[in-house]
Amino acid sequence: METQVAQVAMTVNGTPRRATVEPRKTLADTLREDFGLTGTHLGCEHGVCGACTVLVDGAAIRACLMFAVQADGSEVVTVEGLAPAGGGLSAVQRAFREEHGLQCGFCTPGFVVSLTAYLRDHPMPSGAELRDALSGNLCRCTGYQGIIAAARRAAGGMEDQ
Amino acid sequence: MKAAPFCYHRPGTVAEAVETLAAFGDGAKVLAGGQSLVPLMALRLARAEHLVDLGRIAALRYVRGAADSVAVGAMTVQAAAGRDPVIAASVPLLARAIPFIGHFQVRNRGTVGGSCAHADPSAEIPAVAVTLDAELEASGRGRPRLIPAAKFFTSTFTTSLEPDEVLTALHFPVWPGRSGFAVREFARRRGDFAVAGAVCAVTLGQGERIERVAIGLLGLGAVPLRAAAAERAATGTAAGDLDVTEIGHLAVADTDPPDDVHATPGYRRRVGVAMAARALTAALEEAAHG
Repeated sequence: METQVAQVAMTVNGTPRRATVEPRKTLADTLREDFGLTGTHLGCEHGVCGACTVLVDGAAIRACLMFAVQADGSEVVTVEGLAPAGGGLSAVQRAFREEHGLQCGFCTPGFVVSLTAYLRDHPMPSGAELRDALSGNLCRCTGYQGIIAAARRAAGGMEDQ
Repeated sequence: MKAAPFCYHRPGTVAEAVETLAAFGDGAKVLAGGQSLVPLMALRLARAEHLVDLGRIAALRYVRGAADSVAVGAMTVQAAAGRDPVIAASVPLLARAIPFIGHFQVRNRGTVGGSCAHADPSAEIPAVAVTLDAELEASGRGRPRLIPAAKFFTSTFTTSLEPDEVLTALHFPVWPGRSGFAVREFARRRGDFAVAGAVCAVTLGQGERIERVAIGLLGLGAVPLRAAAAERAATGTAAGDLDVTEIGHLAVADTDPPDDVHATPGYRRRVGVAMAARALTAALEEAAHG
């Protein structure tokens, strides 16, 4: 069978990027291997764990369930693109640090990206809504209490702003 | 786990998609939102030589309300359908089913049509389509056709779509009058496929009698089911006299639920009874009090 390759172009964290990829290459692998953005982590590679969550045209999605060719022409934001320019942490990142919302840190990019998108759309969630929103991300250290505490703090912080 | 190699096609129109499907026959698969197909390909449970991506066919993303029905383009993303004001007002059952689908990240990519074409028997949108007697519109090399939901889902992961056909839209009838709608399902964890669930639409008439009722079941067979015997028993009964648990038992009586690691057939049936009773109760409550 012929091995087809495709040219893809997308904006990643505000920077135009191009790559030549096999159509079977996921957006997650393209971000990591072609663009060197290894903040997007791959846990399960079949849409269960949420570690690879990124924003595509503003929507939080699982980057292992999207081929890079599908993201051609899109605007992508990864965990590397959340912090303000010039250093420092975003409100969500700061909350994770302050509440010890991570243990080994592998799942953290997915949680941070998911929560950033969720709080943008739902600035004042209840505790139950936050747990529901974070249910699509898995932490194998089971450090969920710290993550929920971080999410609450980030939600409160966003209220203040 | 990576998908096996394939050739990628990105048609701009339905006609082009149909031509591509026809050209490659069994070697081709349609890619909608990819939230079921891509994991299956990553696990190598599904394989395609040619993948036909409908993602750039803008004409398949719409919600159009008419007096007695609402048309939803097949590539409408589930999240968009879930916050659409026309769907919320005219097909509340669909709006209420959507939050049960996976997690919000999945609903941001998964599509209304893709969920139906994939035809998982525990999926929510197919159950809503069967319950409301929706019609599914398909385009192939012949004339476009409308398929009643009851004839669309033929078995687990199997539909009556022809290999060259693309599902283009779903047409949901609007239930007028004093109607209520509810979805209830049980899953072991939020976002998992349901062990069993029920979706219900009901209309009250004179004397608070049930004028019309539809009860659909998910996860209890090879396809989404209608609880015909339960519907017959409930129709014409005064809402206050109805024994919803008895209706729940009638609803699951003829089912043959799957047996797997998640639940035995008997347990699924018991969950089905409870879900049908709860959905009916909630739908009746809404029909009576708004």
